[in-house]
Amino acid sequence: MFFKSKKFFLLAGLLAVLAMMVAGCGGQGGTQGASNQIIRFNVGAEPQTLDPAKATGIPDATIINAMFEGLTRYGADNKPGPGIAESWTISPDGKTYTFKLRDAKWSNGDPLTARDFVDGWLRALNPNTQSEYAYQLWYIKGAEEYNKGTGSAKDVAVRAVDDHTLQVVLKAPAPQFLGLTSFETLMPIDSKVVKEHPDWAASPANYIGDGPYKMVSWDHNQVIKCVKNPNYWDAANVKLAKLDFYLVDNNTTGYNMFKTGQIDFQYNVPVQEIPGLKNNPDFKIMPQAATYFYRFNVTKKPFNDPRVRRALALAIDRQAIVRDVARGGQLPAYALIPPGFKDADGKDFRQNGGNYFQEDVAGAKKLLAGAGYPDGRGFPDVSIMYNTNDQHKAIAEAIQAMWKKNLNINVQLHNEEWQTYLNDMQKLNYDIARAGWVPDYLDPMTFADMFVTNGGNNETGWSNKGYDTLITKAKTTDAGNPKARMADMHNAEKLLMDRMPIMPIYFYTQPVLIKPNLKGVIIPPFNVEAEFKWAYVQ
Amino acid sequence: MTKYLLRRLVAMLIALWLIITLTFIIMHVVPGGPFATEKPLPPEILKNIMAHYHMNEPLWRQYTDYLGSLLHGDLGPSFKYQDRTVNGIIRDGFPVSAALGAVAIAIALLIGIPAGIVSALRRNSWQDYLAMALTTIGFSVPSFILAGLLMYVFAYRLGWLPPAMWGSPQQAIMPALALSALPMAFVARLMRSSMLEVLQQDYMRTARAKGLPERLVVWRHAVRNAITPVVTYLGPLVAGIFTGSFVVENIFAIPGLGRYYVMSITDRDYTVILGVTIFYSAFLMLMNFLVDLAYVFIDPRVKLAGRKEV
Repeated sequence: MFFKSKKFFLLAGLLAVLAMMVAGCGGQGGTQGASNQIIRFNVGAEPQTLDPAKATGIPDATIINAMFEGLTRYGADNKPGPGIAESWTISPDGKTYTFKLRDAKWSNGDPLTARDFVDGWLRALNPNTQSEYAYQLWYIKGAEEYNKGTGSAKDVAVRAVDDHTLQVVLKAPAPQFLGLTSFETLMPIDSKVVKEHPDWAASPANYIGDGPYKMVSWDHNQVIKCVKNPNYWDAANVKLAKLDFYLVDNNTTGYNMFKTGQIDFQYNVPVQEIPGLKNNPDFKIMPQAATYFYRFNVTKKPFNDPRVRRALALAIDRQAIVRDVARGGQLPAYALIPPGFKDADGKDFRQNGGNYFQEDVAGAKKLLAGAGYPDGRGFPDVSIMYNTNDQHKAIAEAIQAMWKKNLNINVQLHNEEWQTYLNDMQKLNYDIARAGWVPDYLDPMTFADMFVTNGGNNETGWSNKGYDTLITKAKTTDAGNPKARMADMHNAEKLLMDRMPIMPIYFYTQPVLIKPNLKGVIIPPFNVEAEFKWAYVQ
Repeated sequence: MTKYLLRRLVAMLIALWLIITLTFIIMHVVPGGPFATEKPLPPEILKNIMAHYHMNEPLWRQYTDYLGSLLHGDLGPSFKYQDRTVNGIIRDGFPVSAALGAVAIAIALLIGIPAGIVSALRRNSWQDYLAMALTTIGFSVPSFILAGLLMYVFAYRLGWLPPAMWGSPQQAIMPALALSALPMAFVARLMRSSMLEVLQQDYMRTARAKGLPERLVVWRHAVRNAITPVVTYLGPLVAGIFTGSFVVENIFAIPGLGRYYVMSITDRDYTVILGVTIFYSAFLMLMNFLVDLAYVFIDPRVKLAGRKEV
């Protein structure tokens, strides 16, 4: 009989659970609050950290950018405009920056001073902070030494002259430095808060920023809710009352949430949905300053021969790849550096540089024959390595087929899990490897200096004295002369495309879903997914 | 009884230690690491970070340190989610996975057991064929297909349910259904075959011969005896479902523990891999243990203390 009562107990319990579920069904739907000035945006991932000194991810940067403000802030023109600094002067030698700060406050009402910038930057550089992006500050004199543990904080050349004046001295002129002052690593910090609450960056109540919005709640893997920050210096121009960052990483789920009205703005659109969205007013394809390319391992046969590399690069149909496989309105790439960077004359760097090669199957065949593989005969057994992903696989299959058809060579495909792939790429343990590159800052140098000899991001084994010289020149002797500096980078790119240690495939785009009544949202080509300072709902 | 409990406890601790050790070794053998990124870090910065997490020390030292803090219940910080601890991640994620799992198991049992009983009693009837056809579907359709299908129909087409996220009861319906399909099918099959076996037994004939009403024969003699395999299956099922499903949690954007179990491996987030594995293993062992205890109440033939005390 004991069993019987036990069983009843169990059954009753299960029924109770079910009853609760059913009872809940009649409840409230997903209606929103009274104010319509709210944007619900899916950033696509749980942030790894919202501590500006430690953050590295793009979702993290996007959220931080809404709640913090650096000396500058990028506007709709893709140029750094005044942020907490209302103006600045740069010395003629390009090394000393003097920023004039406006009267600004932290979200808790504390006054924001030049000292807070010094604190924030030194905190990022402090070896104990474990900031991965601390090297973004290495342009500053003494910063690298302090960060590496060989120098001290007092030798870092950033100084609060008074409450409203910040002076920075760089090691060498670096035109990208001004833009970097909007980057998350260079945010100011309210030291009092950080000292009192060591876990401040994870706690909404203590997450004190100086940006247009402030955090109300953080529901892990669900949503971060923000409201307008009334203490923001430019609060009068912030129209949005609420800003919700959804942390949904499955983009098909995000797509369904957009379609059913749970969110207003979705950053990553699933590739398979794109063809059906082409004429939808919610759908936009935004430029993204990033390049999709293949690396050749030039330390290995047959890729030690530039003719082979060039032949492979000439023998694929990029237009077809973009149109039929990638399908997101990407641009076929015939150079390394994507559109979106300003040249010395203010025009686009890519437009000025143009294309460095043309697809040409006949020419490719000739090159391959010249390298000793007429009609593909005797071509070694090689493979394309890519990190496991349907899109990368589809592109690799297309390229495999094109090479087979055009050059009569067989390549294998081989996918690897992300970390194994990174590891093999760094150790040059591959033949051909898929790669993508997004800029760290808005200057062509973020691409150009990848391929210097033994550069940490080279990963092809390629080394060229002429190339190294041009990059060094651009960074040193020509650093103060924009025209000469840009010319160095154009020449370097030309050389790179002539020797082809890498094969460009396309320039990325960013397909987004955004309700047409959201206005003033800026979708920049790099670093953050979206800028919400000027956003509003119509 | 006490002796039995002690023996089980020691066995569980040894098993747990083996699991920790093996996981520790395997995860360090796999290439990559928690701080490997597409843009390699400057070596000085990397060194500094490694030192902070004591990853510059020899592996055996990291291992003993880890066991040391484990004894204090400290599973360490997450490497990826820099402001969170493994304890915190489990504390946040487990209740969500467990709540979802409880609903899924309730559905599986409430439908699976009666379906199995009816199929067995009416063997080769249309009810039997229908139930077995449905269980075949339940077995063979993967949860991500079912999840996608449910979302498409009930959220996208009909608009009856919110497509994703967690918090309200209606948000639990689709993920719970997707999660319950496989165990439901399994429970129904298990119950059916076990019932069929029991129905052939002599004591069933005796019960009927005694003139007991059919209802009592089925309920008291058949079901009670036939349910043992389902209870056995319940242990690992509860452990498996309560600790979360990566696929279902990912598709429905549910902040459960299952996603961390999978993601931590991709991210080489060593402390999360270890912490969640330990938690999962301990939970699984506990469930199996509870199942063994439950036999005593279900099956009169089982005595825990072994032969001597009989």
